[in-house]
Amino acid sequence: MIPPLAFLGLAALLFVLGTIAFFVKKDLLVQFMAVEIMLNAGNLAILALGRATGKADGQALVLFVITVAAAEAVVGLAIIVLVFRRRKSIRTDDLKDLKG
Amino acid sequence: MAWVIFAILSILCAGAVTAMIVSRNQAHNALFLVLAFASLGGIFGLLEAPFAAGVQVLVYAGAIMVLFLFAIMMFDLREAGPREKRRLKVVLAGGLGLVLLAELVLAGRQALSAGRASAAAGGDLAHLGRLLFTDYLYAFEITSLLILAALVGALALAGRREGE
Repeated sequence: MIPPLAFLGLAALLFVLGTIAFFVKKDLLVQFMAVEIMLNAGNLAILALGRATGKADGQALVLFVITVAAAEAVVGLAIIVLVFRRRKSIRTDDLKDLKG
Repeated sequence: MAWVIFAILSILCAGAVTAMIVSRNQAHNALFLVLAFASLGGIFGLLEAPFAAGVQVLVYAGAIMVLFLFAIMMFDLREAGPREKRRLKVVLAGGLGLVLLAELVLAGRQALSAGRASAAAGGDLAHLGRLLFTDYLYAFEITSLLILAALVGALALAGRREGE
């Protein structure tokens, strides 16, 4: 049996990769995908710990995380579409009006 | 055997995410993420969580990423601009990532050393369904309300015509 630490390590790696992607990318849409990667890393950690404790609650929690992520994706993409309609661009370089 | 599958799937997953970071094409990014999420679904299966694995493949790799692809097709996919100088940002993001990784590894080790329970069968679907409709009933119903709210919100935001 694979120890939970291996899964937790993969979850940590995925979370870090998601963070790096969020900071490296310059595109609202792709940054949004990076957030999804981080959510998935969290799901993996929840499932690994859920199996380590031998309870099914982990899977229930993951179901909720995925539904909330789906709702968040829908609203977030709608906002990105609005930004694109107004600015004709979703690159973060073009969206720095607040910079003094 | 499980180790071999785990190694293949985790390398596939981490490799797909890395390729997504390196690639500059939005559509390729989304497709790499589909690959990453699908292999993550396999890893969920290794964790004896067949329900989570199914939901991961159906909802994440299926619905959410297809939504992303639709959104990408809606924006005009002109070529990314000239490669701007951003070496400093890449180095900073890498350093931040390393610090975060160290913290997560430390936290994970402490969390695991705190208590070690024996693994039991958590993949019983009937048990999970009963759990969802008893202990988590309120959360479940609130989630359905949340989805409805997201649906209406997205329609109100993006469904509006230009002139109104």
